[in-house]
Amino acid sequence: MDNDLTQATADYAVRLGDDALILGHRLSEWCSRGPFMEEDLALTNVALDYIGRARMFLGYAAQLRGGECTEDTLAYQRDCREFTNLLINELPRGDFAFTMVRQYLLDEHSLLFLDQLGRSSDSELAAIAGKAIKESRYHQRRSREWMLRLGDGTEESQRRLQNALDDLWGYTPELFLMDELETALYELGIAVDRAALQAPWQAAVHSVFSETAVTVPSGGWEVVGGRTGYHTEHLGHLLSDLQFVQRAYPGCQW
Amino acid sequence: MSHHMKLYEVFIRSRRGLDHKHVGSLHAEDAEQAMEYARDLYTRRSEGVSIWIVNSSDIHASQESDCESFYDPLDDKPYRHATHYQLPDKVNNM
Repeated sequence: MDNDLTQATADYAVRLGDDALILGHRLSEWCSRGPFMEEDLALTNVALDYIGRARMFLGYAAQLRGGECTEDTLAYQRDCREFTNLLINELPRGDFAFTMVRQYLLDEHSLLFLDQLGRSSDSELAAIAGKAIKESRYHQRRSREWMLRLGDGTEESQRRLQNALDDLWGYTPELFLMDELETALYELGIAVDRAALQAPWQAAVHSVFSETAVTVPSGGWEVVGGRTGYHTEHLGHLLSDLQFVQRAYPGCQW
Repeated sequence: MSHHMKLYEVFIRSRRGLDHKHVGSLHAEDAEQAMEYARDLYTRRSEGVSIWIVNSSDIHASQESDCESFYDPLDDKPYRHATHYQLPDKVNNM
């Protein structure tokens, strides 16, 4: 690979690693705060899957970037504006309904995205996708079931599910946004065409929510910016927690 | 929440095992959810390749108070063990 392409692929891997790292951290915040013990463990298992996924993507990015770059410097030594995760991943965990609706929307997306990434001409990205999609199949099975349970449950669970869906909906268009970097990599067979995933994603999401009492919003607003480093005010607080030890004691190991 | 939920017993067959062994119990709304929680609680370190879920209420357990009548009478019946018998030399394996 020529150097420009190597760096572009590294940037792409960083995006995917950031998505996994930030969502994994949000899920890990449920540790010891789950609604009941079984769900607490199940949620933190999913969190660990994402941290593992972040390590694979960021480790590959570091390898491509070379020099002093490692998965740890990427995770712990970059500031807000250098993070390129999607905004939906960084939103505070909210109540259980909010966490599970976000998870469900992202799981449906992951199934489609990872299936395509598994066909990438970059064999490392394809291998990571092949491993991750197995996890996502299980995640989606869980989160989908929660949509049906909460959406068909009590008045309160329906209200919370509807509120979560309404609050999250405007962050979903970013999942399907292609920019210059991803378009160029897509044309080389490396990246996934996100725009093509929107229709099947919409169909899957509508089909699940049609079995519930909640209504899928029709759009009307959208927020984007994560890929260019323009984040919500929440990411800085998340990073102060995620990066604290390495910031206070640089290079510390245990 | 958990006081509304049903209790399930979990049995796991390990990779090399032939039988499912009881590993513990958990709370869930139904068997499907119990299956997923069993996966997350009891197989996360690759402990198994097959899971059975059983309603705890379907298990009928012997009682502590039955011990005397159930098991004590067996202590003085060594003839129920094969090792009690002297085998003729011709019987090599028993």
